[in-house]
Amino acid sequence: MKLHEYQAKELLADYGVPVPRGSVARTPEEAQRVAANLGGKVVVKAQAHTGGRGKGGGVKLASTPEEAAEAAREILGMQLVTHQTGPAGLPVHSVLVEEQLDIAREIYLSVAIDNSAGKPVVIASAAGGMDIEAVAEETPEAIHNQLVYPHCGFQPYQGRALAFATGLDGDLLRPTADLMGKLVKAFQENDGAIAEINPLVVTGDGKLVAADAKFSTDDNADFRHAKLVKLRDTSQEEAREVEANEAGIENYVKLEGNIGCLVNGAGLAMATMDALKFEGGEPANFLDIGTANSADAVVTALKIIGSDPDVTAVLVNIFGGLARTDIIADGVVIAKNEGLLPQPTVVRLAGTNVAEGLKILDDSGLDLIRADGFAEAAQKSVAAAADAK
Amino acid sequence: MAVLMNEDSRVLIQGFGGAGQREAATSLAYGTTVVCGVTPGRGGQVINDLPVLNTVRQGVEEFDANVALIFVPAPFAADAIIEAADSGIPTAICITEGIPTLDMVQAKAYLKQSETRLIGPNCPGVISVAQRSRAGIMPVDVYTPGNVGVISRSGTLVYETVDQLTRAGIGQSSSVGVGGDPIIGTSQREALQLFEADPDTAAIVLIGEIGGTAEQEAAEYITEMNKPVVAFIAGATAPPGRRMGHAGAIIAGKAGTAAAKQQALRDAGATVVESPSSIGGTMQQVLKDQGLT
Repeated sequence: MKLHEYQAKELLADYGVPVPRGSVARTPEEAQRVAANLGGKVVVKAQAHTGGRGKGGGVKLASTPEEAAEAAREILGMQLVTHQTGPAGLPVHSVLVEEQLDIAREIYLSVAIDNSAGKPVVIASAAGGMDIEAVAEETPEAIHNQLVYPHCGFQPYQGRALAFATGLDGDLLRPTADLMGKLVKAFQENDGAIAEINPLVVTGDGKLVAADAKFSTDDNADFRHAKLVKLRDTSQEEAREVEANEAGIENYVKLEGNIGCLVNGAGLAMATMDALKFEGGEPANFLDIGTANSADAVVTALKIIGSDPDVTAVLVNIFGGLARTDIIADGVVIAKNEGLLPQPTVVRLAGTNVAEGLKILDDSGLDLIRADGFAEAAQKSVAAAADAK
Repeated sequence: MAVLMNEDSRVLIQGFGGAGQREAATSLAYGTTVVCGVTPGRGGQVINDLPVLNTVRQGVEEFDANVALIFVPAPFAADAIIEAADSGIPTAICITEGIPTLDMVQAKAYLKQSETRLIGPNCPGVISVAQRSRAGIMPVDVYTPGNVGVISRSGTLVYETVDQLTRAGIGQSSSVGVGGDPIIGTSQREALQLFEADPDTAAIVLIGEIGGTAEQEAAEYITEMNKPVVAFIAGATAPPGRRMGHAGAIIAGKAGTAAAKQQALRDAGATVVESPSSIGGTMQQVLKDQGLT
């Protein structure tokens, strides 16, 4: 789950990470009041789950509370389009109004998981305020890492090593190491996936401030973060995905094509998309139905696929392990009979209980397009989608 | 021989609920030695003729269990993995999906100082076909004995691959699902090492996915291998920045893309398959070319 910038900053501030003075606002009047309290000279920042907000027109400077209100009026309610959002953009329902900083230097700082090492890693670079991906590619030597050892935690010397490497020595040495320790603590105690401060600003008077912050959490740990889960803003997510989530289908990702896919297992679901593309088709979604231990779950998933106006054909590709093909077949028959899946539907079943599954399809008398292997399933789906156009 | 599972394997099921009981029955019917279940607080019961124990240690001491197959729910699974390792059991295979990543950080650190090899989590398990030795959730009908090893991050793609191999007349030695999570016990590279050392395996199919750099690390080892490797990377068409079901399957940076992984594998000498439906056919050709059929 992603947090908004203001939520991330509130979280980090709770751990003692210095953040700019400011507050979230949901109306221009509120923005004006916040700006007045801050002395008038502020920055007004769109709160949306995307990077590149400045270039998209989502960040504006204001010199007076009135200007802040005007900036908020322009930003609130906009669909913010950035290089990360796609053409539709994301809605903006709140702005963060903050004091303007006197910036002397900008540092990049983040905590993430290093999969290969099996540990969190703290990443720092003197090239702050920039796209860190680009920095990593063009000047990998400008990126510095320290692993967090699970049994002793992030040590001050590691913070100092990163501080030296990014030129934050002298009076800034200990505050930097201290700030990194706090960021790691926030990451660990909240099951972070990525915690990023970019830029970490050194002000003209030599203070550290987290000028921007991103924080996303590990969804698998939601069960132990009741408070954090309440911060989820579903307006920032694809509506069909939210609907799928609410119906208990976690692994649905909306895509841009026209062939709806219901598959078990993430790998097979990705490979099914690949196979469709290989045969000249375009998947409308990724959907891993997982173990699917009830026909209801299958019906719900098919309803979500079937009601997608982009979908002109559907492929059900199941290789049962823990998932049982007979339950999937039941679900397909129910969805078809209830009119939830009007599109031509290709069904390929293999694995656990396949004989029972195929019999259910046979006995249904429904007009389903059957496929034996993977290639045939992909070809028939692409053909069905082409016919439907 | 085969890999990890063989005729001497004695399987203990940790988390002996519905799924554990069903898979135990399938493995027993297949010919695997399943010795007991472990559900804390249910010790002393007998379910489907299998004794239920309170602890893994009891299973090791009293029933000579040497493989722990874990079905324990995600919030408690790291504890189960560490308990298995603490019992000294040589192999632990964790099927559970959805374990918090930071729990796996702890478990992985513990495993490093133990003698236990972990497979998974979020994996379909391990099967050795000629030995009829199964610890996992894979359907058994698709397998046929032979000399090709299969390694995959994804469970269902193991089944798909094995099915294609079997249909192409190619049998399998063992299949190892290494798991779809960001932090796993045994990497693709380590699984390749096991198959390279296995006299029953002549060639290997490696099924990777987008996300992370595990395939690149596997590719480094492929340059040293004698046995041919056929590789497929799932997710060539996945958009960046989106988690595709598996917690580990998210493109963050160029190294995580299918193209980067395919290139690394190709450079290392693996035969890279572009279409997921051509895995079996490609292996058939590779075996023929190398005189391994």
